[in-house]
Parts: sequence; structure tokens; C-alpha cells
Amino acid sequence: MTMTVSRREALALSAGAVAVLAFGSAGPAFAKNDSDDLIKAFTGGKTPTKGKVRLDLPDIAENGNTVPLAFSVESPMTDASHVTDVLIVADGNPRAGVATFHFSPRSGVAEAATRIRLAETQNVIAVAKMNDGSLFMDTRQVKVTIGGCGG
Amino acid sequence: MSTPAPRPRIRLDKKDAKKGDLVEVKALVSHIMESGQRKDKDGNLIPRKIINKFTCEVNGKVVFACDLEPAVSANPYMQFKFRAEESGKVVLTWIDDDGSKIVGEDQITVS
Repeated sequence: MTMTVSRREALALSAGAVAVLAFGSAGPAFAKNDSDDLIKAFTGGKTPTKGKVRLDLPDIAENGNTVPLAFSVESPMTDASHVTDVLIVADGNPRAGVATFHFSPRSGVAEAATRIRLAETQNVIAVAKMNDGSLFMDTRQVKVTIGGCGG
Repeated sequence: MSTPAPRPRIRLDKKDAKKGDLVEVKALVSHIMESGQRKDKDGNLIPRKIINKFTCEVNGKVVFACDLEPAVSANPYMQFKFRAEESGKVVLTWIDDDGSKIVGEDQITVS
């Protein structure tokens, strides 16, 4: 069985394919890895409130192998009111987990900085847990020029 | 095992602090942080080998700790603060997947 495709049809087909591709990437953002599960395990299913957490990352990372990350959480850090844990996840890496930071009143402030790997353009999410169980979060999108997971 | 344990680089922003001051710590250790996602040239997965835990103790009390995943860059860098309460040793510990530890020390004097 032979199938002939005229030039006009071929053009129409490829245009359709391009449209599908464009549509795929323009669709609603959804997590590609286990980031939702990790956040759920950390929060116990509760939804964190946006605010109190400030996540600092570059808008554009030229090298995904080493992207500077910093965060700070508003808190008096007293025995009565302090941040206990901060979870960092990346929703476009092969695995979402990046790091979990642990604080106590002895920390003085809930802030830290490190360098992370990002495989591609994606969202980085920070979720902070307070000693009273309340949860806060911040999200930053980072555009990655060269991915950080290549061999 | 001929390679010696890497010597971490630790920097406190002050050696003498007043009680209640915040002391900033910057620490860098040389480590491959092999993610377990990469393949060698024959297509075999290179086994994961990372620092999976980092702690900072001042006078034996944990003031900061972090669980690391493969998404932390090679030669992991950590910057954080602690509240100076008493003079003593500042001990930083990095724990490898294989159980080995890299330990670095500094000193803080609190007046």
C-alpha cells in the first residue's frame, strides 16, 4: 500500500504538528516529577499560605549545574515562635527534592544559601514549617540555558 | 583509598561576638555529589554518591542542619547564621552516602 502526500497536505500536517507542540507547552503548569508528593509529605496534606518566605534565585541561570539559591523566612525565632524546617523542591528535575533545612531558636534567623542543580527551566518552591504547624511558601521560576544534569 | 579526606573551608564573619549576636557561617567542601542520574560512556548508571546530611553544632548543640539531595551542586556550599550564646567550638559535619564523615572546626568567643 502506498500513500502519497501532496506538498499542500504535507505543509498542512506539519503546521498541525507545530500547533500541537505549541499548545502542549502553553498548557497549564503541572508538576513533571514527584514535587507534589514531596510537598504533601512535608505539609501533611495542608496547603501552605503564600508569604513570609522569600526565595532568591536568578531569573535566568546560564549554567544549571550551579545555581545560587537563598531564602529567608520571617520569624522572631524565639522558643514560642520559630521556623523548624524549610523544604526546597524543583518541579522540573528528574527528582524533585533539593534540600531540607532544619532550624531552631538557636539559629537566630531562618535563612540559608547554597548552590543547586536545575535540569531545565522550571519552578523552585520553598515551603517553611513553623513550630505551631503553620505553613508558608514561595515560588520562583528559573530559566535555565544549559541544564545541570547532563552526563 | 589513597585520597585524603578533603579539608573543608569554613569562614565565620566574626570570631568574637556579643551574646545574642548573629554569626554568619560560610562553608565549602570539595565533593563530587554524584547524582546517580548520570551514565558513563558505556551507558551504565554511575552510582549515587553525595553528601546527604550537613550539621553545625556550637558547643555540642545543633544550631543548623540540612538534608541534601542530588540536586545540590558539586562541592556543596552552605551559608547560614546562628545566634551566639556561649563561647565554644563550632563543629561542622558533612555525612557521605557511604557513612564517612568530613568534619571541620572553628572557634567562637562570646563576651
